[in-house]
Amino acid sequence: MRAAAFFFAVVCVWLQAAEIPLAERRSGYEFMGRETRAMQDDDTTNPALFSLLDGEQLWNRPDGTAARACAGCHGDAAQSMKGIAARYPTVAGGKPINLEQRINACRVEQQRAPAFAYESKELVALTAYVGRQSRGMPIAIEANDATRPRLEAGRALYERRQGQLNLSCSQCHDDNWGKLLAGSAIPQGHPTGYPIYRLEWQGMGSLERRLRNCMIGVRAEPYAYGSPEMVQLELYLMWRARGMKLETPAVRP
Amino acid sequence: MARVAVTVPPSAKRGEIIEIKTLAQHEMETGFRRTQTGELVPRDIITGFVCRYNGVEVFRAELHQAMAANPLIAFTTVAAESGTLEFTWTGDHGYLANQKAEIKVV
Repeated sequence: MRAAAFFFAVVCVWLQAAEIPLAERRSGYEFMGRETRAMQDDDTTNPALFSLLDGEQLWNRPDGTAARACAGCHGDAAQSMKGIAARYPTVAGGKPINLEQRINACRVEQQRAPAFAYESKELVALTAYVGRQSRGMPIAIEANDATRPRLEAGRALYERRQGQLNLSCSQCHDDNWGKLLAGSAIPQGHPTGYPIYRLEWQGMGSLERRLRNCMIGVRAEPYAYGSPEMVQLELYLMWRARGMKLETPAVRP
Repeated sequence: MARVAVTVPPSAKRGEIIEIKTLAQHEMETGFRRTQTGELVPRDIITGFVCRYNGVEVFRAELHQAMAANPLIAFTTVAAESGTLEFTWTGDHGYLANQKAEIKVV
């Protein structure tokens, strides 16, 4: 009898820990209220608008000792940056790199300007502006020889229990999505619209900022901004959301 | 320079009810928060919003603390005649923002 109960428990745990089938994936957008969705849908009421305008200004402004603007090399972002955000994070030279880091690398190497700080208004604005050019496009992270080790590392982190609450990302976002946590819906955790305007933040923020929120929530020590662990987790999450449409800049509650 | 955005239908029928949406870029610092060293962060909010339609005030709002950053104000008015809608935001520390939009009434 006890053995049967144990076996039943094992089967339950095994059944629960399954990944969400591709066809059943849903963007965080679908878990939001009507008003928040309307806010995102209308470009003129989406408060990320101002960040996009800041980003456009930065794109066209010559900077650094090279006195060169992003537009000086890349031209019109609407063409040159189309689809870029759908392919980030990526792996370059064996290292995982996200869009923010790519922008900063360009700043340091090409513009010869100091890198923007993580979560600074400038970096978030420029990332949002670049991301905006891929809106509506499917997320296109590929699992190949270069990315696979990083993807697996990201997946391991996603499935590993952490913090004083001893919870993994997967336990909420794979096993219990759609249920409520303190009155808020638990989404599936697909990063489809970053950088986002989050109403709780009263401002814009990156995926790493959001991930840190979750880590603090389970009382784990969050990884540093731009750390390989963080970027691997971002990479895995974007791969997990492959094929889903990019909404950047999204509004989230 | 404070940024604002206004959405007004470019044209409307006479007597039609039109929806106007406005968004203003502002931190809306409540004045209740403290820094890590315990000092009070001074209040910095938008306190007033007015919309004039060909010089006639059609909408006014007073804003207070505990309103969201980048306040979104949406309201309706009746399309009476062709002309200009003027929007004015005022606030702490001399904050002032203006915007105009044209409407054609047929």
